[in-house]
Amino acid sequence: MSEALVSVKNISKTFSANKGMFGKKKFVHAVNDVSFDIMPGETFSLVGESGCGKSTTGKLIDHLITPDQGEIWFQGKDISKISDNEMRPLRSEIQMVFQDPYGSLNPRMKVQDLIGEPLLIHTNMTAGERLKKVHELLGVVGLSPSHGERYPHEFSGGQRQRIGIARALTVQPKLIIADEPVSALDVSIQAQVLNLLQQLQKDYNLTYLFISHDLSVVEMISDRIGVMYLGTIVETAPKKELYANPRHPYTRALLSAVPIPDPEKKSSRIILQGDLPSPSNPPSGCLFHTRCPHCTEKCKCERPQPVEIAPGHIVKCHYPDIQETAK
Amino acid sequence: MAEKLLEVKNLRTEFKRDKTWVTAVNNVSFSIDRGEILGLVGESGCGKSVTSLSVMRLLARNSKISNGEVILNGTDLLKEDKKGMRNIRGREVAMIFQEPMNSLNPCMKIEKQLTEAILLHNDFSKEQAHQRAFDVLKSVGIPEPEMTLKSYPHQLSGGMCQRVMIAMAMSCEPELLIADEPTTALDVTIQAQILELMEEIREKKNTGILMITHDLGVVAEMCSRVVVMYAGRIVEEAPVKELFAAPKHPYTQGLIASVPKLGSGVESLPSIPGSVPDLSVMPKGCKFAPRCKYATDICREKEPELEVVDGVHKCRCHHFKELGKEA
Repeated sequence: MSEALVSVKNISKTFSANKGMFGKKKFVHAVNDVSFDIMPGETFSLVGESGCGKSTTGKLIDHLITPDQGEIWFQGKDISKISDNEMRPLRSEIQMVFQDPYGSLNPRMKVQDLIGEPLLIHTNMTAGERLKKVHELLGVVGLSPSHGERYPHEFSGGQRQRIGIARALTVQPKLIIADEPVSALDVSIQAQVLNLLQQLQKDYNLTYLFISHDLSVVEMISDRIGVMYLGTIVETAPKKELYANPRHPYTRALLSAVPIPDPEKKSSRIILQGDLPSPSNPPSGCLFHTRCPHCTEKCKCERPQPVEIAPGHIVKCHYPDIQETAK
Repeated sequence: MAEKLLEVKNLRTEFKRDKTWVTAVNNVSFSIDRGEILGLVGESGCGKSVTSLSVMRLLARNSKISNGEVILNGTDLLKEDKKGMRNIRGREVAMIFQEPMNSLNPCMKIEKQLTEAILLHNDFSKEQAHQRAFDVLKSVGIPEPEMTLKSYPHQLSGGMCQRVMIAMAMSCEPELLIADEPTTALDVTIQAQILELMEEIREKKNTGILMITHDLGVVAEMCSRVVVMYAGRIVEEAPVKELFAAPKHPYTQGLIASVPKLGSGVESLPSIPGSVPDLSVMPKGCKFAPRCKYATDICREKEPELEVVDGVHKCRCHHFKELGKEA
């Protein structure tokens, strides 16, 4: 078996949310005991609802924030505790594509400067070489070299996301962390960007960590998927296995809640009761027990441990064999 | 044949931009029956929200409705004065907005916001209004109505806020409900709850609903008929099953094809090249021609009319007859 490109081991991250000067300090458990591996050349996706910690996990791997506990191994090196200076050379290996194509490009910089900036930092190229590279990259993502002279506001959302992708590609990274790269885009544009990401993966042998809330998008692009709930991964499985045979009650509810664009197929939705509990005051025992239709006493007090029920299929649930009684 | 609740005829709405008027909605006609859910689909900027705001007469100052009729229960809303509109809004037609968090007044308790409309439209005492507010909150599935009435919007979650918005819209039992992307800002499990709730309201109160969305999955699950808009025009109108089974307009075909479908296991998506044209530089002829793979000379020269395909299925395309055979 080949070695993982990224190996995340039991990382946790807590943010303090202090209320007022006197009140008791509160902590938000954003990421709680998360572990997974990403193999070279694959697409690993994290899915979950807002506030489940998927973006925080992405930021932890990119060393934009550091974990409180746990280790993050990248190419055989633990990067969880290194300093920013030590991290800098590694930055060219890990690049990010952000969610909001409107907010993540500096409006005062020309597109060619935006894309060329990583080259200025990470390489010794001359201005002419940089420009040549930028033009080449613009072509790769489906824009024309003349676009380089323009400013971000002159572009549509889909085009801006292409610029963001071009910028991430400049320094030939091994890993691209794409945090909801298509959720701000319309469906017809979304398909264009997803196809581009897949093409680039083939051409440049990229590894993706793909963060999304959209299960249909994730199904299209991923090899393996981790489902997150309240800061922890409740189920990890290869794509086909997860969609054909979801074992965690949350994964099942999530899958059944997605509206299917086919009026002939009436889905049997599992409607979850209530809202997401607050991550500053997570429930005892199994984190999902407050909304789980199969909750028992054991779930309320004992936190389930990850169990591998099939090769590569890991579930955190006391009763992974329970069958869903869809209404 | 059910009774027509709302009839929009040849609606045209224009906006002033840099001293020139651009047309956001052009010659839009549709109708809604009692107890029917009509879907209005399209990508951002296609004029679906402007259409709904025109019906509500809630447009900004830099805009005007230059042509058309909006007939609700036999009265033309466009001929009503401000006072008349105020009586109709809330009582006969109510609206649910996209962002529940931003559509509620952050400085007012939920109770005050809810009873405001109730007191305006009914001859109620404060106690009666409170009781009604309590009842509507309960009917939209809020577990502790009394506590919710006493809280501010920021103390509630997104799903809860949307329930409050729906409660507010339903508080005077309107006959028509306009829902502008009611679930777009919500997570899928919460979205499933809200959609279920809207369906329930329709069944109980026989409310007509205009469902504006970009999500074809939501359309397929909720609506009975669909209107597809592109660049301010209706390009296709059909019963939902027919639209998904045999879309006639190339844009609708592309739109349906480019949505990733859960469980289909596809690896790449067909996409529509290019992006939506800017309102001020509309192409001559068919507005979709620059992105259409079937476009011919006539498409680039002359704008097609909305023609009847058969019965209730309408399509705005020069070539739908040939295309229908091909597909």
